[in-house]
Amino acid sequence: MKVDTIDQKKKGGIVLKVVIYIICILLAILSIFPFWIMMVNATRSTTEIQQHAVSLIPSGFLKNNFAVLTGKSFNPLVGFMNSIIISVGSTTLSIYFSTLTAYALVVYDWKLRNAFFKMIVAIMMIPAQITMIGFYQMCYKLGLTNNLLMLILPAIASPMTVFFMRQYLVAAFPFEIVQSARIDGAGEFRIFNQMCLPIMKPAIATQAIFAFVSSWNNLFTPLVLLTDKKNYTMPIMVSLLRGDIYKTEYGSIYLGLTLTVLPLIVMYLILSRYIIEGVAMGSVKG
Amino acid sequence: MKKKKLVKYGKYGYFFSIPFIVAFLFFSLYPIIYTFVIAFTDLKGLGTELNFLDEPFANFKSIFANKTFLRALGNTFFIWICNFIPQIGLALLLTAWFTDKRFKVKGAGVFKILFYMPNIITAATIAILFKALFDYPMSPVNDIMVSLGVFEKPVEMLQNKMMAKGLVSFIQFWMWYGYTMVILISGVLGIDPEIFEAAKVDGANGVQTFFKITIPNIRSILLFTLVTSLIGGLNMFDIPQLFLLGGPDNATLTTSVFIYQLAFQGSHLYARAAAASIIMFILIAVLSAGMFYIMRDRDAEKIKKEIKEAERQKGEEA
Repeated sequence: MKVDTIDQKKKGGIVLKVVIYIICILLAILSIFPFWIMMVNATRSTTEIQQHAVSLIPSGFLKNNFAVLTGKSFNPLVGFMNSIIISVGSTTLSIYFSTLTAYALVVYDWKLRNAFFKMIVAIMMIPAQITMIGFYQMCYKLGLTNNLLMLILPAIASPMTVFFMRQYLVAAFPFEIVQSARIDGAGEFRIFNQMCLPIMKPAIATQAIFAFVSSWNNLFTPLVLLTDKKNYTMPIMVSLLRGDIYKTEYGSIYLGLTLTVLPLIVMYLILSRYIIEGVAMGSVKG
Repeated sequence: MKKKKLVKYGKYGYFFSIPFIVAFLFFSLYPIIYTFVIAFTDLKGLGTELNFLDEPFANFKSIFANKTFLRALGNTFFIWICNFIPQIGLALLLTAWFTDKRFKVKGAGVFKILFYMPNIITAATIAILFKALFDYPMSPVNDIMVSLGVFEKPVEMLQNKMMAKGLVSFIQFWMWYGYTMVILISGVLGIDPEIFEAAKVDGANGVQTFFKITIPNIRSILLFTLVTSLIGGLNMFDIPQLFLLGGPDNATLTTSVFIYQLAFQGSHLYARAAAASIIMFILIAVLSAGMFYIMRDRDAEKIKKEIKEAERQKGEEA
């Protein structure tokens, strides 16, 4: 009798395990399938797509699609360059100054320290969309609407990154080295640059990935600020694919989408372990 | 001696915070205040001069009376709820499976990587990709449906309002459940393993353990997920703007898309858009403060109860 219930339990366990694997595999397919179709269709001609929109096997019209794509307003190279400039610039500033601010919050004892930290926590959740009208009007008045710097410089104040860097410093920073460096006569700024930054490398790496990806993917701010075609970023270039000029050029639309996704997927597959770890690490603060 | 040292170095705390503060004042605080001021003027079109309205709240009144805005507000909540409930449900289920030692799901690492992947892809690209996937007359989904015999002939799915709303919710769900799952898993792994051991000794089964031990222990992480998702949801822009431009017939118009279209398209009604932004700002602040308050209250109450209980037991023992 007892053996029976254990047997049943085991059977139930196996059934549940099969269900788990089936659901996980279905979800995995759901993650891959749209991108697979996109990449395959990027190599197929519009006529092929119109006859059968789904195919798992690539065709030979990649070159043709590329010619049609770049023959109109979509310019992947310009978008790529602008996105690189903005993402690299804002990531660098955000990482450096967030670490510096976090260092100020952790290493030094000053009167307004706690008030400043509370303010950072309070403003962390303010979304950019809410302040956009004022931000746009300010840039417009100053004649800076098409200036990429307006998309880079605000990264100096990144409350989320400061918050994360502070958590990391509190947990992992050896304060004794500051003392001994002071005894050796090093200046405070030098101590930060030469001792703190190298120690922060793991935190800097994860935060840099996230800062880069969120800047690269940002549509709203560039869409509002950049009106000149030569300043368009990748997400704005993508939005052009929705326009009438590509209406029936399905192959080219899929190719344009592929060109914007490919760098991200390659980067993700290389760094995925760190990215997942970084997401998990970020949650601990919650 | 030590105190003196701290006083001496304290000024560097101010020095090192200066870049952050200057950038914050210029790029965040000033625009917020400026948005607030604009909301009380008649700013529109190409002008930059601020003329204050005789009736200060006229912009706010006209926004509240605007049926399209109210519709957008309703859509925003509807789309967010339809994405969040299945998202947190699936994330919790996967978390339970992936953290339960009895299942030992093989390839859990690969599954995590694949489930999270849509989250890092540009939302603008995903919106246009889904538009292409569901398009009419010829698109992959129509092709599959016709081949399977579900549809007799291609259907104009995106013209159906409920379908359009549902798809925006689905895209949001698809992009975010992996992220939520990774966060919840890390929360569960942070729970003291002894608690699970104790539950096992007491003979609790998997379902009981999950609801009685796991969920209460990750409550603060669940709250974090809820608040960040709500704020993100109330600002949803990329997907609804590029998927169907807010259509069909404003069915996927969210408040962010409404504000964008009001201020940066057509007749550039900046002042009204600013008023709508302020309304959203207040709404978000109130909702997230409320959630934190409810959660904190419960925690405090629980601790109070526990203290009382402990005191009672002590009394009984005596």
